[in-house]
Amino acid sequence: MRPKLTIALAGNPNSGKTTIFNNITGTRQKVGNWPGVTVAKKEGRIHKFGYDLKIIDLPGTYSLTPFSIEEIVARNYILDERPDVVIDIIDASNLERSLYLATQLREIDCKVVFALNMADLARTRGMKINAGKLAELLDVPVVFTVGNKNEGIDDLLQQSIQLAESGTCAPRARNVKYSQDIENAIEGLQRFIEDKTDGPQPYNTRWVAIKLLEDDKIIKERILQKDADVGLEILQTTDALRKRLEERFDDDPQIVMTDERYGFIAGIIKEVQTTSTLRRVDISRNIDLVLTNRFIGFPIFMFFIWAMFQLTFSLGGYPVQWIGSAVGAVSTIAGAVLPDSLVKDLILDGIIAGVGSVIVFLPNILILFFCIALFEDTGYMARSAFLMDKIMHLIGLHGKSFIPMLMGFGCNVPAIMATRTLESEKDRILTILITPFMSCSAKLPVYIVLAGAFFGLRAGTVIFAIYLLGILLSIVTGRLFRSTLLKGRDAPFVMELPPYRVPMLKSLLIHMWDRSKLFLKKMGKIILVGSVIVWALTVFPRNIQYSVDYAAQINRINDTYASRLETADDARKHQLESEKQAAVSALVRAQQAEQIEKSYIGQLGKAVAPIFAPLGIQWKGGVALLTGFVAKEIVVSTLGVLFAADTDQDSDVLQNALAASGMTPLSALSMMVFVLLYLPCLATVAAIRRETGSYKWMFFSIAYSTVLAWVMAFVIYQGGRFLGYS
Amino acid sequence: MFLSEMQAGQTGTVAHVGGNGILRRRILEMGIVKGSDITVEKYAPLKDPLELIVKGYHISLRVEEAARITVENVR
Repeated sequence: MRPKLTIALAGNPNSGKTTIFNNITGTRQKVGNWPGVTVAKKEGRIHKFGYDLKIIDLPGTYSLTPFSIEEIVARNYILDERPDVVIDIIDASNLERSLYLATQLREIDCKVVFALNMADLARTRGMKINAGKLAELLDVPVVFTVGNKNEGIDDLLQQSIQLAESGTCAPRARNVKYSQDIENAIEGLQRFIEDKTDGPQPYNTRWVAIKLLEDDKIIKERILQKDADVGLEILQTTDALRKRLEERFDDDPQIVMTDERYGFIAGIIKEVQTTSTLRRVDISRNIDLVLTNRFIGFPIFMFFIWAMFQLTFSLGGYPVQWIGSAVGAVSTIAGAVLPDSLVKDLILDGIIAGVGSVIVFLPNILILFFCIALFEDTGYMARSAFLMDKIMHLIGLHGKSFIPMLMGFGCNVPAIMATRTLESEKDRILTILITPFMSCSAKLPVYIVLAGAFFGLRAGTVIFAIYLLGILLSIVTGRLFRSTLLKGRDAPFVMELPPYRVPMLKSLLIHMWDRSKLFLKKMGKIILVGSVIVWALTVFPRNIQYSVDYAAQINRINDTYASRLETADDARKHQLESEKQAAVSALVRAQQAEQIEKSYIGQLGKAVAPIFAPLGIQWKGGVALLTGFVAKEIVVSTLGVLFAADTDQDSDVLQNALAASGMTPLSALSMMVFVLLYLPCLATVAAIRRETGSYKWMFFSIAYSTVLAWVMAFVIYQGGRFLGYS
Repeated sequence: MFLSEMQAGQTGTVAHVGGNGILRRRILEMGIVKGSDITVEKYAPLKDPLELIVKGYHISLRVEEAARITVENVR
């Protein structure tokens, strides 16, 4: 048995932490979520230097003050799971700010190793760091690393192992020294805690005292949980001390302590960092002169977004076709091999069709996630948020919400998964709730058929208006929820604009694959179940009493044409043959239509018909909408089946059938609005469940969008009739 | 004067950070503390948010947040 060690990586966002993690663990990574929250948890296991090393990538944070989910996750891991060593990845070109997190880690009193990352970059910016001095001042091993060149990684691991095995706890002398008044309060409180509680302390008591003086909610709760009576006494003492400090400094103690921590850091910086007076080379600033330029910043941003969509949907279109034909081929082979039975129908129409409908999106998803990883890893994502924030702020959202919402026009599933880039959970949920109103590409065929049938030349304008309505309602919804359900200001826009970096292909691919894998796994399961259910609803019950004996009629047609074909000459034969085929397929379609009408889903459609009646939607439209839950484009094919129209040949037939059925332009418009807004498709629902981490929000989204769809369609249909339209 | 009143290209020294609890703490933790130099690099094309340089790195704040930060010695 090799000895085991757990090493956690901590560090600021953009410090190169993920690159170092990728370099250490390679592709042996396990990606999941931290329990209860949608913050990605990455861990990897390697064998090195005779040890079994478990490496945990903590979320990137600027501090360990438990405000954001990431900070809570990172701190709780260090406190409760007690990794053997914590490696703090420090961006050497950003030493002063990085040391804030570093001093907090030192205060927790865990074993820390500093990795001074990207020191080469710091040097080109005219900064020199005396690592020996830093190690001495903070009493911490310091290792130079260059993450993207894989330099110093082995040294870092060796130092970590050595520290883990050293057994001695980190000495407590070299910590942040606060001003005398605060130090007195800390010492007093520390002694009080030690007196009141016996046995071994779960955490370092000096640290607990500091956190209590900073009014740390989580630590307060834990102290009360441990022993309510003693806890209450401790909290009372804390309050008295806090009040005294507040009077003394005329400010909240936690603010004073943050100030003093930076003061302590400033002292260290003075000793370890020398900045040359040489003019700094700052390529990043020059790039930003162009990319966030007042005049051309927006056009360039729009171009990038356009390029991303082009790549995703046109380049992605080719493999989509290949996969589509591959799925078709599998279906054909299975169809030929399997004997005719219900099981065959289940496999062909339920499983293969259902799973196939997810798999075909894979190329689009891969390309889209690659582009997003590219935006993130280069640092452009932060710039896009910088550009768009003013506009998004009007809806009560963060600038970063723009990209997910925009992606919604393509497909809601990756769009909702892209909300992971948002830091605040409220922002994330709000964005997830309004993204489905961005009309996705699968809804377009529905509009084309309906608008084409009833609006003729004005079809384009009508479709455009539908898209606009979606955007408008997302704004209204955003503002509504921000002032009610998800109350509170949007996250403060305190966002770092990291220097531009050349992305590493390896990390781009890892990023892309991580997200795509999640998509396949989770979506696949739910889609499979959902498609099988809808399939079952459409094919059962089996013993339908048809109004016409279709089989007999088809036989009769075959018989009559058989005798006529015998006597006809060659030219006539050809004509007769196609006449026969048309007659037969008309009967087959009529049978299919009747079968669906009498199936469970048809019965369901008729049962809910009263709900759709005030919207001007007949039961056939209702059934089509129900089947659209699996995927929106299915609405068109169900309509085709129900109206016994051959949708494969051309859509004119279906459009004529729709017009003949008594549908009017107004009811078509009502149905389009309903399709725009009503419950998201199965894959999207699965994505909502996954990304919000709760069924509550999933059901809320389903209910809200469907009710809104009904109300809007009702207003349009009844309002239109009131105004005299039809 | 307030940070939000500074022109692009100007540098000042932070005198006081106001505002409510979390936001204020967050701004401080990012290194915008009393006595540190802060430069307004530029305003976004729509005049909000603004890009700042503090402690050698770039950070962006909304104008309403910058309006809570008092600066002195603007040059």
